[in-house]
Amino acid sequence: MINVLIDENFEEVTPRLSKASAIEEANRCLYCFDAPCMRACPTTINVPSFIKKIASSNLKGSAKVILEANPMGASCARVCPTEELCEGACVLQKDEKPIKIGALQRYATDWLKEQDISLFKRGAANGHKIAIIGSGPAGLSAARELCRLGYEVTIFEAEKQAGGLSQHGIVSFRLPQEVVEWEVDQVRQLGATILTGKRVGIDVTCTELLERFDRIIMAIGMGEVPHLNIEGEKLEGVLDAIDFVKTTKQKPLPMNIQGKKVVVIGAGNTAIDAATCAIRLGAAHVKILYRRTANEMTAYPFEYEFAKQEGIEFQWLTMPKKIMGNMDGKVVGIECVHMNLMDCYDQQDVLIEVENSNFIVQADVVIRAIGQRRHVDFINEMNLQHLNGVPSVDPITFQTSSPQIYACGDVIYGSGYGDATVVSAVQQGKDCAYALHDALQQTSEIA
Amino acid sequence: MADLRINLAGIQSPNPFWLASAPPTNSGYQVQRAFEAGWGGAVWKTLGEPILNVSSRFAATSFNGQRVAGFNNIELITDRPLATNLKEMDETKKRFPDHAIIASLMVEPKQEKWHEIVKRVEDVGIDGLELNFGCPHGMAERGMGAASGQVPELVEKQTYWVKAVAKTPVIVKLTPNITDITATAEAAVKGGADAISMINTINSLMGVDLDTWHTIPHVRGKGAHGGYCGPAVKPIALNMVGECSRNPHINVPISGIGGISNWQDATEFLLMGAAGVQVCTAAMHHGFRIVEDMIDGLNNYLDDKGILSVMDIVGKSVSRYSDWGDLDLNYKIVAEINNDKCIHCNKCYIACEDTSHQAIDLYHDATGLSQLSVREEDCVGCNLCSIVCPEEGAITMKEVEHTLPSMTWNERQECLKAFSTTAEIIGG
Ligand SMILES: Cc1cc2nc3c(=O)[nH]c(=O)nc-3n(C[C@H](O)[C@H](O)[C@H](O)COP(=O)(O)OP(=O)(O)OC[C@H]3O[C@@H](n4cnc5c(N)ncnc54)[C@H](O)[C@@H]3O)c2cc1C
Ligand SMILES: Cc1cc2nc3c(=O)[nH]c(=O)nc-3n(C[C@H](O)[C@H](O)[C@H](O)COP(=O)(O)O)c2cc1C
Ligand code: SF4
Repeated sequence: MINVLIDENFEEVTPRLSKASAIEEANRCLYCFDAPCMRACPTTINVPSFIKKIASSNLKGSAKVILEANPMGASCARVCPTEELCEGACVLQKDEKPIKIGALQRYATDWLKEQDISLFKRGAANGHKIAIIGSGPAGLSAARELCRLGYEVTIFEAEKQAGGLSQHGIVSFRLPQEVVEWEVDQVRQLGATILTGKRVGIDVTCTELLERFDRIIMAIGMGEVPHLNIEGEKLEGVLDAIDFVKTTKQKPLPMNIQGKKVVVIGAGNTAIDAATCAIRLGAAHVKILYRRTANEMTAYPFEYEFAKQEGIEFQWLTMPKKIMGNMDGKVVGIECVHMNLMDCYDQQDVLIEVENSNFIVQADVVIRAIGQRRHVDFINEMNLQHLNGVPSVDPITFQTSSPQIYACGDVIYGSGYGDATVVSAVQQGKDCAYALHDALQQTSEIA
Repeated sequence: MADLRINLAGIQSPNPFWLASAPPTNSGYQVQRAFEAGWGGAVWKTLGEPILNVSSRFAATSFNGQRVAGFNNIELITDRPLATNLKEMDETKKRFPDHAIIASLMVEPKQEKWHEIVKRVEDVGIDGLELNFGCPHGMAERGMGAASGQVPELVEKQTYWVKAVAKTPVIVKLTPNITDITATAEAAVKGGADAISMINTINSLMGVDLDTWHTIPHVRGKGAHGGYCGPAVKPIALNMVGECSRNPHINVPISGIGGISNWQDATEFLLMGAAGVQVCTAAMHHGFRIVEDMIDGLNNYLDDKGILSVMDIVGKSVSRYSDWGDLDLNYKIVAEINNDKCIHCNKCYIACEDTSHQAIDLYHDATGLSQLSVREEDCVGCNLCSIVCPEEGAITMKEVEHTLPSMTWNERQECLKAFSTTAEIIGG
């Protein structure tokens, strides 16, 4: 019984728009010219166009407008921070609510998902072979565009399932697996070979790839959550947020969180996802500890609101000093200190520990959610120039220091391009594919 | 509280809002409910030889999700026996002696038929008659309704027959399915009509089903043209009322009908010369209760303007409705865009650029936000930008200072004629 209830907790929270409300919402769209929403979308989906097609019940046309610009349009409809992007740019902010662009995008792509039609065609084979490492949004997006251009594309994916963080990272009650699987299938249908369970560097070497393929696109994302570097991290019950969320993306769902006191460290998007997963798995209590305050946290306002609604408690200006365990090596609590956040001469604010403010927060489970590490070893193995694990790339061509190798998506996040979001990864995947194609054409390797 | 009573060719009613002859006035039960709700009068569903109806009968257009922007029907006149209708009219009149009950009539264009029905209905004590020369379908094929209404001589002759025996005021209801409605309006006046009412419905086909390819509506796979009404026809009706009002040969009161949905629509008809209005589609869409706000809104409007009686506004805009040749060629307005109010949808820009006079410049400021400005010398003052603008107050049409005196096209032609005659004389 409890299992069934918990399973329900991991079903998509937001219901799909009904036909009537989709048409009503679509008719509210002003059909702006040079529309700000379109400019605000990293993949420049022609938003007014796809919305008007919903209004005229031309759902096939609508889905095509979306997917032409954004191969992962169905995922993005669910996980994009639309308040910061298209919906934030909608001209209807003053007296009216912005158009629900995400919900309409989902309506059109959901419709397509349920039809047995493919909107895109594989291009005539041009004889070139491309290897893509990583099947997250960036890799899939590059693959789709390359297949349409006639390349023979092989994707190497370390995990057993394709999809990257869309498959393993983003919580299923926002992004159900079947959506990601459909998107992966679309790319496969265009002729891409997706080899799962193949980690480049281990199952196949970099040298081998360079020999077998004309070009390589590295879309490997980021790695695991870094350690806190405090005492007690090896205790039983200390988890990596991404690994933890991953366990909720498959059945059966883990039952060992029920009734537990859970503490999540960090206040970014991943922390919120880990915390809400813990609650939905039946944790007795979930608390987020953050060194700074609500103003500085990197989670979006809508995520913060959602977390509060879910019953998550936030404890600001709190830094963990030590994870405490019992005789069996299991977590029992965290020793923390209070912090003070000070403005320093207009410079970045400074965090200072409040002396003698140590206190203990009880916990059975501690989840680290303080960002993601980089695949430094792998990047070194590929012999690429990088800065702290972020490969240097040409801002226009996405070429790395090795001209045969391109990089896009989260792997280059931090080098000044895009955000660590699905939509940004998708756009980079497209750009990378076109740049690679241009380069190959210029060297007249393609007749 | 302003005086809302009207007197239309001697027919009194507590307010100008009547239900038009249509399904809402099909029976005594309905008309009594309508009077309870506040309607001032009702034109009973047209009486005549009982007919057979088909199913289905109605269809409506939705526009951008708005239901019933226009409405159409292939229903005929009453399908109930005359005696039943007369009995219920009698009962209703007894219960509501101060409300107007008008009997709508349609019979074959034969003198004896008209005489017979006029006598029978007047015996039950109704307040007036309305001759239905308007229905565009079903009856027209039998030489009635629009078929007679489109021929001025038939309108005149039948009105004359009715007037010969009628004791109550006679209203002639006109069809809009004619090139110039003033022709049939004048014929009615010549025949002796005490008033005219307009418009009846407009010939229409509502649609074609994209899956079955049947017409909408259809009767076992077959369709026939129907009559169009509802909000979409208001401008057509208002023009017809205006044209008749300003015609010096049509000097009888007008009952305005066509697309009236609220007190504002009604007031426009009154200003354009109607002495009262009739409503059908709006009541069919929302029920009789809509009359409450019609009365309340009209009353507040008159009070706010300090007008004591609704009859005082009748026709107040008629003198302002004239011919194109009498419009001032030297009057100029231009669009002005307030970028502080602008919501940056850029609809004005693309409308003017693609379909008007390329008079709006669009550029982006340092933050990437669009800014719009009108080049006044290129603006022809067509209003298009302000029409498409969704934000109130963002675009205003402002008058440009006059440099030239007023000159209409007619005056200009006169001047030119005078000039060429002078030139001829001088050149002689
Ligand atoms: C918990 C969580 C929640 C998130 N929520 C959102 C959200 O709501 N909205 C949003 O827009 N973004 C969200 N993100 C971010 C988003 O998931 C990423 O920005 C996006 O997935 C990046 O895509 P990518 O293709 O660059 O990398 P990834 O999705 O990380 O894909 C990289 C792939 O490469 C594979 N790989 C790595 N190394 C190798 C190798 N050596 N050989 C073979 N394969 C390899 C990995 O297994 C993985 O499948 C979230 C991230 C997390 C962790
Ligand atoms: C501003 C305006 C001016 C028009 N001028 C003409 C004209 O000069 N000649 C003509 O044949 N039709 C003219 N029309 C009618 C259109 O050609 C068309 O028949 C009408 O607008 C109906 O089509 P629509 O409502 O579907 O757009 C004009 C329409 C508009 C709106
Ligand atoms: S009024 Fe007409 S011509 Fe002038 S700017 Fe607006 S759309 Fe253009």
